Amino acid sequence: MDPIVQVEGLRKVYGATVAVDEVSFEVKEGEIFGMVGPNGAGKTTTIECLEGLRSPDQGTIRILGLDPQRDGKILRERTGMQLQQSNLPDRIKVWEALDLYASFYSKATDWKELLIRLGLDEKRNTPFSKLSGGQKQRLFIALALLPDPQLVFLDELTTGLDPQARHAIWDLVRDVRAKGKTVLLTTHFMEEAERLCDRVAILNQGRIVALDTPAALINGLEAEERVIFTMDEGLSPDLEKALARAGRLEFQGERVTVHGKDARKVSLVSEVVSLLAGQGIPFRDLRTEQPNLEDVFLCLTGRKMRE
Amino acid sequence: MKSGRTIHCLLRMSWMEGKLFLREPVGAFFTLMFPLMMLFIFGTIYGNQSSPESGGQGAIDNLIPAFTAMIIGITGLMSTTITMATYRENGVLRRLRTTPVSPLVVMIAQIVVVFTMTSLGMLLLVIAGKLVYHVQFEGNALSMLGGFILCSLSFFGIGFLLAGTMPTARTAQIIAMVLMYPMLILSGAAWPRELMPATIQKVSAFVPLTYVVNLLRGLWIGQPWGNHLLDIGVLAGMLVLGIIISVKIFRWE
Repeated sequence: MDPIVQVEGLRKVYGATVAVDEVSFEVKEGEIFGMVGPNGAGKTTTIECLEGLRSPDQGTIRILGLDPQRDGKILRERTGMQLQQSNLPDRIKVWEALDLYASFYSKATDWKELLIRLGLDEKRNTPFSKLSGGQKQRLFIALALLPDPQLVFLDELTTGLDPQARHAIWDLVRDVRAKGKTVLLTTHFMEEAERLCDRVAILNQGRIVALDTPAALINGLEAEERVIFTMDEGLSPDLEKALARAGRLEFQGERVTVHGKDARKVSLVSEVVSLLAGQGIPFRDLRTEQPNLEDVFLCLTGRKMRE
Repeated sequence: MKSGRTIHCLLRMSWMEGKLFLREPVGAFFTLMFPLMMLFIFGTIYGNQSSPESGGQGAIDNLIPAFTAMIIGITGLMSTTITMATYRENGVLRRLRTTPVSPLVVMIAQIVVVFTMTSLGMLLLVIAGKLVYHVQFEGNALSMLGGFILCSLSFFGIGFLLAGTMPTARTAQIIAMVLMYPMLILSGAAWPRELMPATIQKVSAFVPLTYVVNLLRGLWIGQPWGNHLLDIGVLAGMLVLGIIISVKIFRWE
């Protein structure tokens, strides 16, 4: 099957700044594909080239087998877009916006059903300017889903939302995938990319520095896992020796951190717990820290995401 | 998009924009209520007794076409400019751009709405004039309508021009205001030009709204179009230029 999105050697320059350089990737049908990276990494420029809103300086783009510059009209009928900076008139009501935008498409889906699915039914008569950030984003998702698109573009969907609203939006995006649609999104939240995307392209300074499933990216890092717990009684030398075999130890008062790799048969956490429990040592507040995409980014670029 | 769909889109968008226009209290007030208010104020001061100096016309008879010109000036300059410039700045146009809808539909819908509201404003004036002051209309209704359409459309071009060229919605709004007030006064839309000093009357020739006032006043009292070739020429020129430039400079963002 042909990929839904095919990008080959994309390059976009603004004056002296190279915003996107040599970007190539494919998006398969039915997946949530994420582009992740700090602000200014070139995510929005890339997605806007794909949407047909900007023309690339070099490279080829095929969306559903079509060229977004030449076949923009057909693509706008068959793809849904949520933009990073866009708006509706302040005084337009939720249902009016859906009703109006539905009239633009030859095969629009039933907006009343979308209203319920996106949890906006109670807000149907609320003017756009009176909606919360999360409600506005849900309305924009609804607008993007109106043409019953094969492919949905979501640009920085959850920026500015509180964690609760963000989780609700993630569920909606998963629901879109469950309906058989393909999603291409950008985000600068590593956690969002890790938890939501099937595959992730990490962008830095206009280039893709890694592209794989979040799990593969993290495993490929061979980073250490951490098991952290609190002990009130202190460690016996025997136990300390046994723990040191599992991983590197670090003490902060009563808090003990074991750094280790998960490569053995038994996971680090069960090894630590069985050692402690086997000797009848009381411990509390045990938690584990897995390496995440943030660590991957740090390792690949040598800098933190938020600087 | 097929032509049937385009028409359908245009109607839906015009309907929605019309509703939004009426929800914006300032715009709706200046188009529909303000001219009516002016009419009652002037009517109370001067009454509508016919006077020989103005050729058997009462004060209000002259005011109806002049106030219609005022509505055209206000809506053309303010409504179109502010709506289009704000939509561009806020990203409303950006959102529309991701749909199959054509920019022409967006512009025409705006014109349909502003034209309808201007007509409604004029209709209210005429009805109030008839009922309260028994104004006389000696022109030809069709000819008056034709003149009204020409004047309105040629003025909306100015709005699109300002909206398209000004860097921000705020500048567009300020420029529109700065242009509007002298225009209303100098053109004779707010009060008769005959009452102004001769030097100021000369400046009026450079004010586009003057030609609207001339044409509408003439047609109202039944003068033939032939008497107003200059007015028609200027307005038609503005219309053609307005269309060409507006379409050329249209920007989604």
